[in-house]
Amino acid sequence: MSVAAKTQDFEPLIVAFCCNWCSYAGADLAGTGRMSYPANIRVIRVPCSSRVSPNFILRAFQRGADGVVVAGCHPGDCHYVSGNYHARRRFSMLRRFLEFVGIEAERLEVHWISASEGSRFAQVMQDITDKIRVLGPNRKLRDSR
Amino acid sequence: MRRIGVFICWCGTNIAATVDIETVIKEAREMPGVVYAGDNKYMCSETGQTQIKGTIVQQKLDRVVIASCSPRMHELTFRKTAAAAGLNPYLVEIANVREHCSWVHKDKDAATVKAVALIRTAVAKAALDTGLEPQEFVVTRRALVIGGGIAGIQAALDIAEAGYAVDLVERTPSIGGRMAQLDKTFPTLDCSACILTPKMVDAAAHPNINLLTYSEVEEVEGYVGNFEVTIRQKARSVDAAKCTGCGLCFEKCPSKVKSEFDEGLALRKAIYVPFPQAVPNIPVIDRDHCRWFSKKKCGVCKKVCPASAVDFEQSDVLIKQKYGAIVVATGFDLIGFEIFGEFGYGKHPDIITSMEFERLVNASGPGGGKLLKPSNQQPPKNVVFVHCVGSRDKSRGKPYCSKICCMYTAKHAVLLKEKHPEAQAYVFYIDVRTAGKDFEEFHRRAVEEYAAVYLRGLVGKVFPSGDKLLVNGVDTLSNQAVEIEADLVVLAAALTPRHDAEGLARMLGIGSDAHNFFVEAHPKLRPVESHTAGLFLAGTCQGPRDIPETVAQAGAAAAKAIALLNKETLLSDPCVSAVDESLCTGCLACLKVCPYKAISDKPLTEKVHGRQRRRLVAEVNKALCQGCGACSAACRPGAMNLLGFSNEQLLAEVDAICL
Ligand code: FES
Repeated sequence: MSVAAKTQDFEPLIVAFCCNWCSYAGADLAGTGRMSYPANIRVIRVPCSSRVSPNFILRAFQRGADGVVVAGCHPGDCHYVSGNYHARRRFSMLRRFLEFVGIEAERLEVHWISASEGSRFAQVMQDITDKIRVLGPNRKLRDSR
Repeated sequence: MRRIGVFICWCGTNIAATVDIETVIKEAREMPGVVYAGDNKYMCSETGQTQIKGTIVQQKLDRVVIASCSPRMHELTFRKTAAAAGLNPYLVEIANVREHCSWVHKDKDAATVKAVALIRTAVAKAALDTGLEPQEFVVTRRALVIGGGIAGIQAALDIAEAGYAVDLVERTPSIGGRMAQLDKTFPTLDCSACILTPKMVDAAAHPNINLLTYSEVEEVEGYVGNFEVTIRQKARSVDAAKCTGCGLCFEKCPSKVKSEFDEGLALRKAIYVPFPQAVPNIPVIDRDHCRWFSKKKCGVCKKVCPASAVDFEQSDVLIKQKYGAIVVATGFDLIGFEIFGEFGYGKHPDIITSMEFERLVNASGPGGGKLLKPSNQQPPKNVVFVHCVGSRDKSRGKPYCSKICCMYTAKHAVLLKEKHPEAQAYVFYIDVRTAGKDFEEFHRRAVEEYAAVYLRGLVGKVFPSGDKLLVNGVDTLSNQAVEIEADLVVLAAALTPRHDAEGLARMLGIGSDAHNFFVEAHPKLRPVESHTAGLFLAGTCQGPRDIPETVAQAGAAAAKAIALLNKETLLSDPCVSAVDESLCTGCLACLKVCPYKAISDKPLTEKVHGRQRRRLVAEVNKALCQGCGACSAACRPGAMNLLGFSNEQLLAEVDAICL
């Protein structure tokens, strides 16, 4: 099989941690508006982007996720005032760490998506799926099975 | 071993059309801990809920997973169902297979695989659920209404009548809103001001209503029952306590500015009340246009004021107040015309918006309601009205129907004929929509009694020719090009939310749609509630609507707010943080990230190898904790955990979702 064909067949698994107040609601709105995006995206609900521990992300990569998105409220709009600022700092560090250990930092994306941005949610999810598709499967951290 | 029950909802065809329910049931039965998997056409219905309750008892279920719509929709419903069957409501998990799956994917195989994964994830989480008990907290029995138009006034009056204190915040110097600008109202043609002003006065006089005009909401914190709001009361530069409303100041003020209230068709002074019936009848200095503030010259108003009420030194006041409920009623703007060059708006004074028409025909408006052409103050003969400017226009404007334009244009045609019997109205329309009580009858009167000529078609171009305006359009019914020599062209512009609605939505944490109209919690069943508990919606901030609908909605929003304020206490969310003291090292990284100051340090004395030792550990104040979980992610030893979203649960979810 050629490399091109492989990328064609490759269906990435992307885990999206969405904060309950903005991004999860944005994802709901994408649903209500029937805005389709790839089924590769699977959402885990968290109260706030600040709830997401780097451990969860590493675990996702280890368990075979090819990409991870953390989505929260826009800066300044966090339901819990400052959660997304902590998240932002935490994940820019984590991206550097991923790079340091040899995992493409592009596999982790952090986005701010509000409850009213259903179409943006769909777009962001489409974009990351396309990107990860090009990047190929995550082999570095995945458990050998 | 757990005894988990999985209940899969078809949601009619909403889920079942894209997700193969049979496969899902089969897969679910194989999941660890699952002892039952069943389906129902509508899990949220009575039969669905009975099925859940019955199965919990029969199968002795200790955890329940519902695969259905978003937890934001029915989590509460299903928690109550479980509780009714004797299960702790926090032992219920929802797999969102509608909004996050069947509605966004078209391929049935892919959607089914994903639905199974989402259910597996919910099952994994449920297995680690623990029963939780909510705590009670006290409700602040005071309401905030944002926006002082008819919606806000009505909501404030209703809440106040029920006996609760209300703060009514209005950005402009007076309450009244759009309705105060209107002349007559369709289809009864009663005078807008005559029915509105008494309500404005009632609101001002009501002992339970506190008017905060010339004020804006600046910050909103907290949650249902206990919102903490910061309101900026802008400096009026006039002492409200001293002012008698005599009006000498604006009589003498030399600086003239276009009046916002008169849609720029008339001038006001730099110190002004927006309109004569303004409530409160206290002037404001528009500091951007006042000579004292720009050049430190003039000061005439201060000199002439017999009550010494003018105060140049006044500064903004920040008011911090707690509220149990908030009603949002911020109203509408008209779409900007920049993109509709063909209508020539702004290039000729006789091309006006429907709102400007309202002012021209209004007895208290510019020209005393004589309805004269703005260019030369002559009565117009031929008046062309254009429907749907920016509405139902996907490519350049808004795809939606602005709902009220058909009716107010018919009203304008009638008013035109009443002011100037010799004048002729031409109306270009796409469709005439007259769904409403007495609407169709009114429209027929405009056509039959008032001889308005309705032309089905679009206007291609409007351009000045001499002192007239040439309107080129098509009549698609006769398939002919029409050219009308008009004296006045009135554009029925699309309604949009206020230009800054998006910012407000973010501040409040409520959703808005693609056009920035605020989104209701459910379009059919919860039309006045937002997705955020304790925040209610009224009027055109939620979508185009007419006055009676606005008033009805405001009443409904008030009723919801009253029902909330009526409760002495609410139950708090028990999903708060908890410390495992045996793991806590006392580093207190959690304390630094907590936005609510809910974490403190606590000394612990324990016996280690027979010796007393003292060490510090973190302690969570459950009443203050709001359950964001920032601390649990910051905690390195993993001592801090969030109930309902524990580390173990989230890791189990990750494992399950990646399978
Ligand atoms: S609640 Fe959305 S990021 Fe904090």
